[in-house]
Amino acid sequence: MSEFTEKIKLKFPDEILEGPEFDSEDAVSVKSDKILDILDYCRTDAGMRFEFLTDLTAVDFLELDSPERLAVIYVLRNMASMETLILRAFMFGDEEIDTVSEIWHSAEWLEREVWDLFGIKFKGHPNLKRILMPDDYEGHPLRKDYPLKGRGERDSFKIIQRERERY
Amino acid sequence: MVRVENDLQGEILELSFGPQHPATHGTLQIVMELDGEKVLNVEPHIGFLHTGFEKLAEHMSYNQFVTVTDRMNYLSPLSNNIGFSLAAEKLFGIEIPKRGQYIRVLMSELSRIADHLVSIGTAAMDLGAMTVFLYGFREREKLYDLFEWATGARLTTSYTRVGGLMADLPEDFPDAVLKWVKQFPKTIDEIEKLLNHNRIFQDRTYNIGVISKEDVIKYSLTGPVARASGINYDMRKDLPYSSYEDFEFEVPVGENGDAFDRYLVRMEEMRQSLGIVKQVLANLPDGDVNIDPDSKLTLPGKDEVYTTIEGLIHHFEVTMENRGILPPVGEIYMGTESPNGELGFYIVSNGKREPYRVRIRPPSFINYTIFKKLMKGAMFSDIVSNLGSLNIIAGELDR
Repeated sequence: MSEFTEKIKLKFPDEILEGPEFDSEDAVSVKSDKILDILDYCRTDAGMRFEFLTDLTAVDFLELDSPERLAVIYVLRNMASMETLILRAFMFGDEEIDTVSEIWHSAEWLEREVWDLFGIKFKGHPNLKRILMPDDYEGHPLRKDYPLKGRGERDSFKIIQRERERY
Repeated sequence: MVRVENDLQGEILELSFGPQHPATHGTLQIVMELDGEKVLNVEPHIGFLHTGFEKLAEHMSYNQFVTVTDRMNYLSPLSNNIGFSLAAEKLFGIEIPKRGQYIRVLMSELSRIADHLVSIGTAAMDLGAMTVFLYGFREREKLYDLFEWATGARLTTSYTRVGGLMADLPEDFPDAVLKWVKQFPKTIDEIEKLLNHNRIFQDRTYNIGVISKEDVIKYSLTGPVARASGINYDMRKDLPYSSYEDFEFEVPVGENGDAFDRYLVRMEEMRQSLGIVKQVLANLPDGDVNIDPDSKLTLPGKDEVYTTIEGLIHHFEVTMENRGILPPVGEIYMGTESPNGELGFYIVSNGKREPYRVRIRPPSFINYTIFKKLMKGAMFSDIVSNLGSLNIIAGELDR
């Protein structure tokens, strides 16, 4: 626990979640409802200034002890002191969260990737469609209940027959 | 090509660039709307090389995944190896001996030079300067010979392990590197003579693809692309890892943020990397490259395995699936400065042999997000200047 996570806890006491129970440098778990306010606070408050979105991803906590199953992970960085802060936003119920692509344009693609691989919807996203998997793909492969070798997609590939024998 | 609509200005063309096109240098597609030579809109499509590395990682042990990282940025596989191993070591909470750290610095700087040579060479080739590409590849070939000597492979190096390296350097290796270092600056000078005052190259890169300082933050850009826009941001200096704090080097920063500045930053970075390589070779400490095998994390020496029963049992204990040291339950984020920008690994571990989740922060993917903005309203011929100067590597883009 550092001064930054303490500050977030003081500012948003109702949004903080306990767990998951593990070692971490500088991370805090929050509810996803007010994620824009929390990120805005981290970005603009004079004592925080975490204005650089290093990474945006998600984790499926299905097999770990945690408040909810899916969390969006924000890795933020303070460009002056080079400190890193990790925010975990857990979604309850509808697996939806506000988009941050208005603040950081890089998040537009990162959120598309999270939607593609985890099936988390981003409210207000300008162009939420698949980015890495094909457009007609079903399922979200980085979820823990998705098998490594797929759900039989390989078996359904069309087999092309030659029309005539080679002469 | 599909005709979209007709008006008095002429027809608006929808043109598909790639996925198989020599100037994309990888498998990516860009669908453009053109009004004559002017680009009205672009829509990049990616994912053609998606291989599911992050899913694969959840079914491999930490050392096995090193081989997969080779295939990410295939111009500098050693940087990926080192980035992942550093992240895993941060999770395990270990630090390898000085000699191992110095060798990692040496390898990552050599691969940075190799990456920049290809990046500059192909960018220049797309703009019509074939010679630069050939000069660059000549030096890169010598570097790849060195990599092959040390790691056993040109591309699939897999040189690092959690807790050290696959092997120490060959005995004469430092001398061979020094020999290469002595003759390399000539090539940098040659490339600069060919390009810096070249009218065609200047016309096609000056004020093309200008990225402002604000956009660097808004688009999370890193690496040479961010530095060319005047943001002094280098993980090697700002958050030193693997003993980078021991070396003296400058971080080149541009002013205008255009394609020409990105080229200049890469050229200067190669000079700085050469300086680091010289310092590593001059101060290379003696000793082990791996942490003590008694930690049960690294393998014992081969002579011990082949001649003693204790060594053999030790080897077995480390490599078998249900044995070996396990990581703590936790999460870490570790960023390293790869040639393209910040290569980060976010690892969640549940204490098992395989990581629970590995997220790769790919610099190419995030640097590519600004491409749409750069191309809007630009000329059709700017597309190769922008693609080349952003240095988009499809293997890393799609993972």
